[in-house]
Amino acid sequence: MSIETWITTEPIDTGRVLSATGSPDDGAILLFLGIVRRENGGREVTGMRYDAYGSMAERVLREIAGEAANTYGATHVAAVHRTGDLEIGDVSVAVAVSTPHRADAFTAGRWVIDELKRRLPVWKKEHYVDGSRWLDGSSPPVPETSP
Amino acid sequence: MRVRVLLFALYRDLAGAPEIEIEVPAGATARDAVRIVRGRGPAFERLPDQPAIAVNEVYANLETVLSDGDEVALIPPVAGG
Repeated sequence: MSIETWITTEPIDTGRVLSATGSPDDGAILLFLGIVRRENGGREVTGMRYDAYGSMAERVLREIAGEAANTYGATHVAAVHRTGDLEIGDVSVAVAVSTPHRADAFTAGRWVIDELKRRLPVWKKEHYVDGSRWLDGSSPPVPETSP
Repeated sequence: MRVRVLLFALYRDLAGAPEIEIEVPAGATARDAVRIVRGRGPAFERLPDQPAIAVNEVYANLETVLSDGDEVALIPPVAGG
C-alpha cells in the first residue's frame, strides 16, 4: 500500500498523481480531477481563490487517503489539492486510486473526494465580474468529546 | 499562559487579521479563548461565538482544555474540492 498526498500552490501535475498509483496487483486505476467552472448559481465566475490551513490540510488529506486504503482495499491512493489563485479550467483537486477490481476503485475514489469536501480545511472564494464571496461550505466534523 | 489563535478565509476577512496571540488563564477551554478573541474589538466581535475549531491541527470541541503554547484555529465551514 502507498499513500502520496500534497497541498501545493503550483499547477497540479496530473501525470505525477496518476503514476503514484498502479501495481501488478491492480486491475483498475481511477483518476478524478476537480476543475474550476465558469458558472455557479447563475453567476459568471471569473476566477477562484483557494485558501487552506496548510499544515492541517496536509495532515487531514493524508488521513483520508489512509482511510480509503484501509476501508476500500485501495493499494495506492494519491490526492492533491491546489491553493492560491486559479483560473477557469484549472485543476483544483486530483485524486487517483488503484485497486485489484474496478468497482472498488470507483467507490474509493468517490469516497476520497466526498470526504475531502467534508473535512479538509480548505476554503474557496469565487470572483465575479462585479465582486467576490467565500462559498458556503460544510461544518467540519467536530468530536463530541475532548481529545 | 499564551495561545496562538489562527483565522482563515471568511473569519480572517471579518477580523482583519490572520492570527492573534492571547493570554488565557490556566485551565481555560477553547470556548474561553474564542470569548477572549471576540472581546478584542468590534472587528473580532464579528466572529461567531461557537465556531468549529481545531487545536494543534486536530478538530476539537469547544470544551477542550488548552495548554500553554497551543495553536487554536477557528475553522469556517470548509469548501475544498
